[in-house]
Amino acid sequence: MIVDINFVGLIVASIMASAVPLILASCGELITERSGVLNLGVEGMMIIGAISGFALMTVTGSLIIAVFGAMLAGVLISTIFAFLTQTLITNHVATGLALTIFGIGISAMIGKNFVGIPGKEFPVLFEGLKDTIPLLSPILFGHSIVFYFAFALPFITSYFLKKTKIGLIVRAVGDSPEAASNQGINVRFVRYACILYGGAMCGLAGAYLSMIYTPQWIENMTGGRGWIALALVVFSTWNPIKILIGAIIFGGLTIIQFHMQAIGVRIPVQFLTALPYIVTIIVLVVISRDSRKIRLSTPSSLGKSFHKDN
Amino acid sequence: MHKFLIRSFVSSLVLLFTLTVAAVAKDVKAAFVYIGPTGDHGWTYQHDVGRKAVEAAGFKTTYVEGVPESADAERVLRQLANSGHDIIFTTSFGYMNPTNKVAKEFPNVKFEHATGYKREHPNVATYAARFYEGRTILGTIAGTMTKSNVIGYVASFPIPEVIRGINSFTLAAQKVNPNIKTKIVWAFTWYDPGKEAEAAKALIDQGADVIAQHTDSTAIVQMAEKAGVYAFGQASDMDKFAPKAVLTSVENNWGPYYVDRVKAVANGTWSQKDTWHGIGDGMVVISGLDSQMPSDLQAKVKKLQADLASGKVHSFTGPIYDQKGNLMVAEGKTADDGMLAGMMTYVKGVEGDIPK
Repeated sequence: MIVDINFVGLIVASIMASAVPLILASCGELITERSGVLNLGVEGMMIIGAISGFALMTVTGSLIIAVFGAMLAGVLISTIFAFLTQTLITNHVATGLALTIFGIGISAMIGKNFVGIPGKEFPVLFEGLKDTIPLLSPILFGHSIVFYFAFALPFITSYFLKKTKIGLIVRAVGDSPEAASNQGINVRFVRYACILYGGAMCGLAGAYLSMIYTPQWIENMTGGRGWIALALVVFSTWNPIKILIGAIIFGGLTIIQFHMQAIGVRIPVQFLTALPYIVTIIVLVVISRDSRKIRLSTPSSLGKSFHKDN
Repeated sequence: MHKFLIRSFVSSLVLLFTLTVAAVAKDVKAAFVYIGPTGDHGWTYQHDVGRKAVEAAGFKTTYVEGVPESADAERVLRQLANSGHDIIFTTSFGYMNPTNKVAKEFPNVKFEHATGYKREHPNVATYAARFYEGRTILGTIAGTMTKSNVIGYVASFPIPEVIRGINSFTLAAQKVNPNIKTKIVWAFTWYDPGKEAEAAKALIDQGADVIAQHTDSTAIVQMAEKAGVYAFGQASDMDKFAPKAVLTSVENNWGPYYVDRVKAVANGTWSQKDTWHGIGDGMVVISGLDSQMPSDLQAKVKKLQADLASGKVHSFTGPIYDQKGNLMVAEGKTADDGMLAGMMTYVKGVEGDIPK
């Protein structure tokens, strides 16, 4: 087979498109976890975002309302989680799992009326430039605004955590809520904000799936991507740039294995389908093997409840 | 006199009792067990359309969705059998053993298992549809409409049902166009819109200009629409999801069979059998043909449809060779149902190996 340079560009573009929901959800969860809160409800928040976005798009006809509505839905459902874990001091793991189950159930219930309705076309940017530069054009141009936002997000997140005062506060709250509290920081408020932000990003990730990637509503359509996003956060050792690398490797291998099948590479298909999971973990473990750095970036009080009055 | 009074009283009681039982027996309750959610717009969705037809025919129905093919299935079946259901449809292959096991415990309840082959007790029947007949039609259309001579096929799992579909499709496509190649990609899922779309995209990037699918979501036809290639709807009419891409769909039409069987229970005529219906019996339905298809092709497809229905044409008519060139079906012969049910080899012209 002759490898056409534009063909490579097309493959890279589809790899990047498939990485978008993982990047969005992971970067959102990263902020939540950096503040010391472990929210296992990513899958649930994503699916709520997916149905909310699709439902609002169908009912209102407005893509802007739908996208922001999906983020708001993510915020609302994560408020439940925040209230339970921060105000009522429940266990993070159990509450997060419940949130996922709740999200899948309620999205299926709302979604009953939206099955079998085709989605709307989502506008893309720079469509006209699509044939200007070989190889790079299909990668750079002709994508939705959410796509560009997702690829900027890891850098914004990294800058936010490292260079801004608010980022420092978030990290302080995640590392030592007692110390932060003694400094006069309202730990509960910061954690609420981080949980809600995580919810918004997961909602957006879900909306990307139901409105842009495969524009339709199908029950359970997130298909476990929320769990992958959660795993990416841990294996990237809470580093947004490594999340980006992990998401691209994961998305890339998923797509490349289909190409290998279509070309007729004689490797057992079961191995190929397992490849994205194995390789992503190996690569992230290898690039994150510096234990000093892991200690620095791991939120020390992750998943631990904080009582102000003790 | 006294004796006579008592006797008549008793006999009228018995009569009354029999009448009541008869009246109750007419009030048949049917239950459906689904593997997926009714909102999948594919496999389970179509079974639920069938259930609604039963409801419309005046019977009470219940359904349980998202039942795993494990001990959970047994528990669900037992509960349905215990709660007064007279006939239970189990609509996925993996329910085969649970269905037979529970059927033994409830000899008065009828069980209908879709796509299976085990009927260990007299109250278990099996049914399936000859979807491969629909794929013969899709293959004919694909072979005619392709310009690149590369046809993509997104497959789910390597089981006889899927292999049979690939073979039937490829044989029909080769018949109208000996130069075509069928490229198969295994998605290893029945429905995951994201993954299915990615698989379709990979095939399109590799030059396929017609995409067939044996997975359930509408993501593939939508991807085809975006890329400007042709595709076919699976399980339900998917035209509205991709009006330009979808040339036709193969629909699963379970309603008539379900109504028949529930009525048979009501009339007391239900008996065990193995049903494998195709286009002829209306279990497999071809949706409307797209106007982009040339009129001579449309005519050809309509004739083929009629011939498949009447039995004049069989999807697997010899000579058929496997990939290595061994004869599978001799000239003038057709594959029997036993061979079709256990088909685990590709025919000549399909690229690649079956995942083991």
